[in-house]
Amino acid sequence: MPEAATLPTRRDEAWRYSDTDALAALDLGTFEDWQDIDVPADGSHHEIVTIAEGDSTQLRRLRITVGEGATCEVFGVIAAAQLGRVEAVVHLERGAHFEMGGITVGGSDTTREFVSHVIHAEPEATSNQTVRSVHWGKATGNFLGRIDVVRHAQKTDAAQDFKGLLLEKGASVNAVPQLEIFADDVKCAHGATVGQLDEMARYYMAARGLPPETARRLLVQAFLGDALVALDDDAERERLMDVALAKLEAHL
Amino acid sequence: MLKIENLTATVADKQILNGLSLEVAAGEIHAIMGPNGAGKSTLSYVLGGRPGYEVTGGSVEFIGQDLLDLEPHERASAGLFLGFQYPVEIPGVSNVQFLRESLNAQRAGRGEEALTGGEFLKLAKEKAGLLGMDMEMLKRNVNVGFSGGEKKRAEMVQMGILDPKFAVLDETDSGLDIDALRVVGEGINAIMRDPAKGVLLITHYQRLLDVVKPDKVSILAAGRIVQTGGPDLALRLEEEGYDAVMAPENANA
Repeated sequence: MPEAATLPTRRDEAWRYSDTDALAALDLGTFEDWQDIDVPADGSHHEIVTIAEGDSTQLRRLRITVGEGATCEVFGVIAAAQLGRVEAVVHLERGAHFEMGGITVGGSDTTREFVSHVIHAEPEATSNQTVRSVHWGKATGNFLGRIDVVRHAQKTDAAQDFKGLLLEKGASVNAVPQLEIFADDVKCAHGATVGQLDEMARYYMAARGLPPETARRLLVQAFLGDALVALDDDAERERLMDVALAKLEAHL
Repeated sequence: MLKIENLTATVADKQILNGLSLEVAAGEIHAIMGPNGAGKSTLSYVLGGRPGYEVTGGSVEFIGQDLLDLEPHERASAGLFLGFQYPVEIPGVSNVQFLRESLNAQRAGRGEEALTGGEFLKLAKEKAGLLGMDMEMLKRNVNVGFSGGEKKRAEMVQMGILDPKFAVLDETDSGLDIDALRVVGEGINAIMRDPAKGVLLITHYQRLLDVVKPDKVSILAAGRIVQTGGPDLALRLEEEGYDAVMAPENANA
């Protein structure tokens, strides 16, 4: 079957920690299915992506061009699907800004991932990406973030921040920052941490009367909140948080 | 109200409490003093049910209940407040949210109705005012970016809001400057000086006891209470030190 050869495999860097077995059932056309977003110069665009229902594999692929001085924000929650994956390929013109906030939550043997490729193609563009992942069971959460800064894209300011929270032994997260910088006057920051719930905080909360489930919910909510800090719309932020927490509460 | 009998406890398999007995009646403020490593903080954590602090013998009766039988959050609901020596920072959770959820969880545990947002804010404002704390501080995340003194003050605001029947205060005076010490001490008096309430006040220094006058003072050494007396015992300790005051006791032992 010649078509089978075009299915991504784990040898592809961008699919390295993915659940490629879950792709087998997909129509190959799915991989050509990109949502194009063009933000004109000085414009702004705001995109919300949620994968909140269903067990089958779900891919959302965004191809974004952010014009000179324009801004594009993408906020997403992946809380469903055997493999849930949000991909963004972003091309930044001079002085453009790209903001991404992502949350993955999940248990059993699911895989949920954000994969971004941000190209600083012109000077003075900025990008900021924050991903928070909470997993349990044997689930996996991934953030693969590639940033390219071309040779003349001076004064680029790019940041990536990933934190993973593992609620049970057996769950895992992977963070793959990949920075290719060819300009010399740029700021590119990336950070990644993985941890468990703070036991002392849980005890402190219990000592004030909070039952363990409530303490856990508050701590997870606080942890995930970082990913949505840049989202100005309170109602939208609350809705996204509810999508993430509903998954967690079903587990607790 | 609190009756500890022959309590033994271990931390990481090391025995810290060695048959500790102590009784605190309602209306009483009982100070616990003792040298470093005597088991003072262990006592407070055992009473608060901290994981890893294992009771190996003895009993603790709290207002007619077996305290050791309750989960930590149930102890709080039963009216026990533990003031931490090192209050914990909780990034991303505001004091207001934390305390409202805590208070309403306690009230639910006691079969009482939840406070509304408005009712809670009114209460919080009153108690914060008592400790000279700005409401803006309460909107910030729990203890994050607070100085040592602010954390202790915030503990007392928490105590005021939660209104416990009994407080175990573990070195609430450590890290406080002279003015803050007075504010915190007066806060303890205002919140806990009540014929129906009790306090176990763990401290190293007489200066807190100048503000919060104890009814009784006990010396905790090597995991048990070795001496109990009136307020003058603390004064003697301040002047003469543990070795001198405890010497006759050790000689008799």
